[in-house]
Amino acid sequence: MYSEKVMECFMNPQNVGEIENADGVGTVGNPRCGDIMKIYLKIEDNTIKDVKFKTFGCGAAIATSTMMTQMVKGKSIEEALKINNEAVAEALDGLPPVKMHCSCLAEEALQAALWNYAQKNQLSIEGLNPPPNYVAEEKGSTEEN
Amino acid sequence: MIYLDHAATTPVKPPVLEAMLPYFTEYYGNPSSVYKLAQRNKKTLDDARAVVARHLGAEPKEIFFTSGGTEADNWAIKGIAAALKEKGNHIITTNIEHHAVLHPCQHLEKLGFDVTYLEVDGDGLVTPEQVEQAIRAETILISIMYANNEIGTIMPIAEIGTVARAHGVVFHTDAVQAVGHLPIDVKAENIDLLSLSGHKFYGPKGIGALYVRRGVKLPSFLHGGGQERGKRPGTENVPGIVGLATAIDLAYQDLAVKTARIKTLRDYLIDRIFERIPYCRLNGHRHQRLANNVNFSFDFVEGESLLLLLDIEGIAASSGSACTSGSLDPSHVLLALGLPHEQAHGSIRFTLGEDNTQAELDLVLDKLPVFVERMRSMSPLYEDFVQKNS
Repeated sequence: MYSEKVMECFMNPQNVGEIENADGVGTVGNPRCGDIMKIYLKIEDNTIKDVKFKTFGCGAAIATSTMMTQMVKGKSIEEALKINNEAVAEALDGLPPVKMHCSCLAEEALQAALWNYAQKNQLSIEGLNPPPNYVAEEKGSTEEN
Repeated sequence: MIYLDHAATTPVKPPVLEAMLPYFTEYYGNPSSVYKLAQRNKKTLDDARAVVARHLGAEPKEIFFTSGGTEADNWAIKGIAAALKEKGNHIITTNIEHHAVLHPCQHLEKLGFDVTYLEVDGDGLVTPEQVEQAIRAETILISIMYANNEIGTIMPIAEIGTVARAHGVVFHTDAVQAVGHLPIDVKAENIDLLSLSGHKFYGPKGIGALYVRRGVKLPSFLHGGGQERGKRPGTENVPGIVGLATAIDLAYQDLAVKTARIKTLRDYLIDRIFERIPYCRLNGHRHQRLANNVNFSFDFVEGESLLLLLDIEGIAASSGSACTSGSLDPSHVLLALGLPHEQAHGSIRFTLGEDNTQAELDLVLDKLPVFVERMRSMSPLYEDFVQKNS
């Protein structure tokens, strides 16, 4: 049911983990739909120097997390914002229709982390809107979530 | 490959296949025709019907062959609704039935029927008292599964049968997971209608049967020729029927011995998963469950990802996680037990068969803890849990 590329990204996930004192953290999704994605960003000079993820979800969710983080690493914020869910899905040689929402989640998770970065630094980033599934998150401050 | 998905389907046993084969090429006659080739097959059908009836404690005339369990369930539920709609419009079932029962019930609701979905307890059981309390003057049908396909919980069918009979309500049971695995006596258990499917006990796919107790008026679901005494038209699937009868006969041979062996393996797997993997939950009743069913939720991980990892190791299992079935909702059965969504998404079902060995389970027990640990290390839910508890 999955492409070889998806299985490869699922079996050998890249950029898994956390970043201490991350510049931006974003979590999207909820247990109801079965996918939760959390993205950590290290940003220097408007460039995504490092990115890590933690994902609760199916094979497609893990694979899209891997692919998306690989695609945005080293990119400027503006360039990273241009990477949408279709680009992630395409880079994976496609996803089954029922799994396309996983690629949306990857895009939203990135935006949530960037939004968090912008909020913390009181920046206004063009083209960046508060993501729909945004969960405000500061380590240790949102125990209830 | 280590096949641990026998509740999904089973391989056809060689003697079953052997019994079926001549009916494709040699004895291909249509049982409704008059010549010898055809009449021979009429006798074959009678014999097969008698075999199925004998194993259920029924009479041959009470067995009607169908295309499988889904057709049998649909026929029983929609048929009784149509036959008794003047008497009443109320149906009682449970919230953990197979979709082949739930969806016909939902369809009937759209037509004006009133359906009570009894809520199971945390082990997946309903009580006869619950059933009795739900019965009204207008109740026309009680449909409760014999054993659940996901969690293996076995319902108190005989006790529910007693309640149904006392109130004069028709009682149907979807016994697709039970026939060939549990001793069944439709008369002693006061069952009026019972659905079964051949491929769940080493028979072929595409063949099943509905037992209809003599005296229960069930109109035809299909309309056509006079096969199955006019109740179920369509040229009989003779090879399938032969396969079904052979398979049910083999299934009930030494059933107690086979069941004891599989139960030992089941408990071996359950006990060691508990020993080796923290934060997990056995879904379904610990003892009142099918001898071959093991269903676990592993906290903080999602089921499909575990299935993919197991599959790469050649281990075939199944998940209550909906991701595998093309819908995003988690299992309605696990939600009905009261599991939160994340646990309902994190379930794995192993269903054992006659050929599985302890060595195979040992391999599963080697791999599974590693895979669960690996997925937990990637899980934001596990990260939150560790932080809260550190």
